[in-house]
Amino acid sequence: MDIDFIINVLYAMIRTGTPLLIVALGELVCERSGVLNLGQEGMMLVGAVCGFIVAATTGSLFLGVLAAMLAGCLMALLFGLVALGLSATQVATGLALTILGAGLSAFIGESFVGQTVLGFKALPIPLLSEIPLLGPLLFNHDVLVYLSFGLFAGVIWFLRSTRAGLMLKAIGETPESATAVGLPVMRVRYLAVLFGGAMAGLAGGYLSLAYTPLWAEGMTAGRGWIALALVVFASWRAERVMFGAYLFGLASILHLIVQGMGVSISSNLLAMLPYVVTILVLVLLSSDKARVRLYAPMSLGKPFHRTQ
Amino acid sequence: MAMQLGALVRAASTVLLATAVSAAALAQEPLKVGFVYIGPTGDAGYTYAHDKGRKYMEEQLGDQVTSTYVENVAEGADSERVIRQLAKSGNELIFTTSFGYMNPTLKVAKQFPKVAFEHATGYKRSANVGTYMGRIYESRYLTGVIAGKMTKSNVVGYVGSFPIPEVVRGINAFTQGLRSVNPDATVKVVWVSSWYDPAKELEAAESLILQGADVISQHTDSAGPIQAAEAKGVYAFGYNSDMSLYGKNAHLSAAVFNWGPLYEAKARAVIDGSWKAEDVWLGLAAGYVDIAPMNDAVPADVQQLVMDLKQQIVDGKLHPFAGPLTNQAGEIVVAEGEVLADKEMLSMGYYVQGVEGELPK
Repeated sequence: MDIDFIINVLYAMIRTGTPLLIVALGELVCERSGVLNLGQEGMMLVGAVCGFIVAATTGSLFLGVLAAMLAGCLMALLFGLVALGLSATQVATGLALTILGAGLSAFIGESFVGQTVLGFKALPIPLLSEIPLLGPLLFNHDVLVYLSFGLFAGVIWFLRSTRAGLMLKAIGETPESATAVGLPVMRVRYLAVLFGGAMAGLAGGYLSLAYTPLWAEGMTAGRGWIALALVVFASWRAERVMFGAYLFGLASILHLIVQGMGVSISSNLLAMLPYVVTILVLVLLSSDKARVRLYAPMSLGKPFHRTQ
Repeated sequence: MAMQLGALVRAASTVLLATAVSAAALAQEPLKVGFVYIGPTGDAGYTYAHDKGRKYMEEQLGDQVTSTYVENVAEGADSERVIRQLAKSGNELIFTTSFGYMNPTLKVAKQFPKVAFEHATGYKRSANVGTYMGRIYESRYLTGVIAGKMTKSNVVGYVGSFPIPEVVRGINAFTQGLRSVNPDATVKVVWVSSWYDPAKELEAAESLILQGADVISQHTDSAGPIQAAEAKGVYAFGYNSDMSLYGKNAHLSAAVFNWGPLYEAKARAVIDGSWKAEDVWLGLAAGYVDIAPMNDAVPADVQQLVMDLKQQIVDGKLHPFAGPLTNQAGEIVVAEGEVLADKEMLSMGYYVQGVEGELPK
């Protein structure tokens, strides 16, 4: 097993983990504002299909990505209107959004099944991609992977070092106090939900425009749910979300490689590996209960009424 | 919806036409044929191939038949409702095209003894339920020959869905073809535990390419493996139908189904009253399976060799599982001069020599 092989495996790990990372970052921000949106899978699917349709009809991948994010936003807006505007149960609303997204995407994508677009190609960054080992690993990806690196840094910076980030976290902890000091609870929560939708749409677009440039019904295959679990097991911290997403990616690739090497373990057992490993590692990391409580947004999933 | 409306209008107009004509002559009512599909007709794979067969039947039989189809029918209770609806609305011949429709088909068939049912890939039959399947392993043998001539690393990857006899048989036939022209080549298999998950299939193909495979074959339904091969600059074979759209450099050929002649024959049998419930399992000779046109990257002499071998299979001179056939352990499974019996092929639960790794139990 030479070093090139390892770099290649890690490269595949990043590509596999990217859609999870993007959608989980969106959900992380959303949950830090106190809103639990279980509709990730549905928003991803609608994003994937809209991105593909726009890219296939206009021939522009850039417009496709925009459409994917916009579609995710529209789905999230629907969630916002029901769960925030009408104070409906967030869990039920999110589940309904997933079911709606699965059906809606199958319906609007029907005539696009079996078509293909020329997807995003790897775009090596000059100079950086020539660094030994790190170059081919980190700087030889498609645009959307670079974008996910940027989003990761952006979310960390936003939550740690900006006034708006602090505001968002305060609203996620105790919206009552936040509103008492004059913070616009509803507006911030709407924006967080919309951001989550845009990220889910982008992750869907990554699948249908870069990873496997095609549209197929239900092509996200549960990745939205994995991202949701990642956020919880990563105890709402962006670094751990990235770690978890890549760990899942690595385990997904490794279980296939192990099979190719002819190790005689049941393939069904191996297929469970990514889920088991990721959850186990993140749970161990977050086993300190007191600290987890510190990170979990206190008002997560609870509707907020201004009149309280 | 538009499709169903179109079919309705078509059905209505044929009825009108039929009434008009029957006054003048003894016009035969067209035979109504129904199809139940597991996926969308545009999946570029399994269902697409069946629908192409339906259209072929309509072309060949002209106004002797009309057909309707219902797509995206989930296996189980949903399919029973759809099959019953088709039987109720006067279809006299109904094709149910997925394995999971087996029990619902039998159940509905009992209630409609005058309707002929044909179930694809199943093994249960009754007085009015027949089964049919294509000998796709014959096509896979030929793609294996192409792989053997095209591989440079002598490692060929195979993306499998589930380790059931049908898939194992395909892997073995492919390996037999591969090693008939290149005894040093071996096959690495990766199971993805799914029939249709483009991303997972792509990852499986990538993991095989990482381990040195320079030709990829697949027994899953999406174009994910083709896309992986195209991106990495290696070769691949499609399945179900021609998938060259997804990788014009990578796609060498594909093991394809060609259901048209079968659907035509079955409809004819019902029209002339000779239909009976039986098991049909035919391949290249009947034209039920084939290989997709070969890529220009395949040298002319190899293309010629493959066409010759195809003719030999059609003529019955060549069998993919002709003895001496050895399993992985090196034991002779079929003696020289004999061929593997159908019954043993249907329950194939071992790899032949040349496949790496152990078959999952």
